[in-house]
Amino acid sequence: MCLAIPGLIVEVEENGDPLLRTARVDFSGVVKNVSLACTPQARPGQYVLVHAGIALETIDEEEARRTLELFEELGE
Amino acid sequence: MKFIDEYRAAPAVLSALERLRRLATRPWNIMEICGGQTHAILRFGIDQLLPEGLRLIHGPGCPVCVTPASLIDAAIAMARTPGVILASFGDMIRVPGTRESLAEARSAGAGVRIVESPLAAVEMARRHPDAQVVFFGVGFENTAPATALAVSLAARQRVQNFSMLAAHVLVPPALEAILGAENCQVDGILAAGHVCAVEGERDYTRIAARYGTPIVVTGFEPLDLLCGILACVRQLEGGQAKVENAYRRAVRPAGNAKAQALVREVYEPADAIWRGIGLIPASGLRLREAYSDFDALLRFPSALREDSMQAGPCLAGQVLQGIIEPPACPAFGQACTPDHPLGAPMVSAEGACSAFYQYKRHVA
Repeated sequence: MCLAIPGLIVEVEENGDPLLRTARVDFSGVVKNVSLACTPQARPGQYVLVHAGIALETIDEEEARRTLELFEELGE
Repeated sequence: MKFIDEYRAAPAVLSALERLRRLATRPWNIMEICGGQTHAILRFGIDQLLPEGLRLIHGPGCPVCVTPASLIDAAIAMARTPGVILASFGDMIRVPGTRESLAEARSAGAGVRIVESPLAAVEMARRHPDAQVVFFGVGFENTAPATALAVSLAARQRVQNFSMLAAHVLVPPALEAILGAENCQVDGILAAGHVCAVEGERDYTRIAARYGTPIVVTGFEPLDLLCGILACVRQLEGGQAKVENAYRRAVRPAGNAKAQALVREVYEPADAIWRGIGLIPASGLRLREAYSDFDALLRFPSALREDSMQAGPCLAGQVLQGIIEPPACPAFGQACTPDHPLGAPMVSAEGACSAFYQYKRHVA
């Protein structure tokens, strides 16, 4: 239930209302309709964290890279 | 899968464990709040890889597990009403109420549907104008934006045959109940990453200071979990107690303001009963007066009855509070299995009992 899955925004539909803004989101080949009501900044090509049909947040790719670098440093 | 696979890389996991071994000089008890984290920990065997003395205590973070039986009974009563479709997440459908689950009620003819999103339930109401569609909205702070959006859209689009049976619970009040308990054994907390993606760190800053307990916002993959555990142990060894974010790719310090505004618009805090734990003040959400037309409990006023205490061998309440591990329950794996669950934690994909059973931790 708390699981939220990262998916890639393929296409955004504005639908004339911020609460009705949706996207086609690709989860490794499975494409679903997702609400962008809570992520007005989300654009095609970005990853969003999706839970219960809505995008909770956009994934910060810079921070994602930094976390992995941190682990690489641990191994040195 | 991007943002998942790279956080499961074995070499990085091993070096993180080595670092942890050098860091930990004393035994520490760390509680992961979220049941999703509990499952990941057992699935990847992280608890067995940790240095000796470093113990993970599994917290109450399984929303369907803590939903009171009386609310499940109410949902069943609604689903049995002619013309009503009761929609909810798959997990919720299988959790036993006082006498039966929604799945069992469905087998006997009740109108029950599984949906992935409350928005699908609003759509269902639109397609079936002659039916009453009720969404059974369970979940923590990370699920509340989706149910709030469903209610908000139903109100704006005048989908009058939609209503919400709201059963949301909030993490900070439960965390305070755990940390404030006399026999509390928890030294540090891994906060649930997706709850914090919505609500941010604010409440946790206050709690960390008040109870002198480090709280680390943590994700769900093996490296995320180890990153959270490392940060927590580093604080404990250094005598610190602050909030740290080990899941920065998803969690901003202030959370998601849009999601928060949506939740505050539709819901207000309310006391809530946690199954197996009891009443925790201001730990739930109820629909605000302005949205009372969409409150399923008002639309079906006779559905909710008093909670009856459960008797029997199930010790789910103690499992949910981290007091015992599931195999210590006399019913575990015997009278209680995922096919014949006695308690909710054996049912849910996030329940600690189902995690222990699924990953065979009861077999020596």
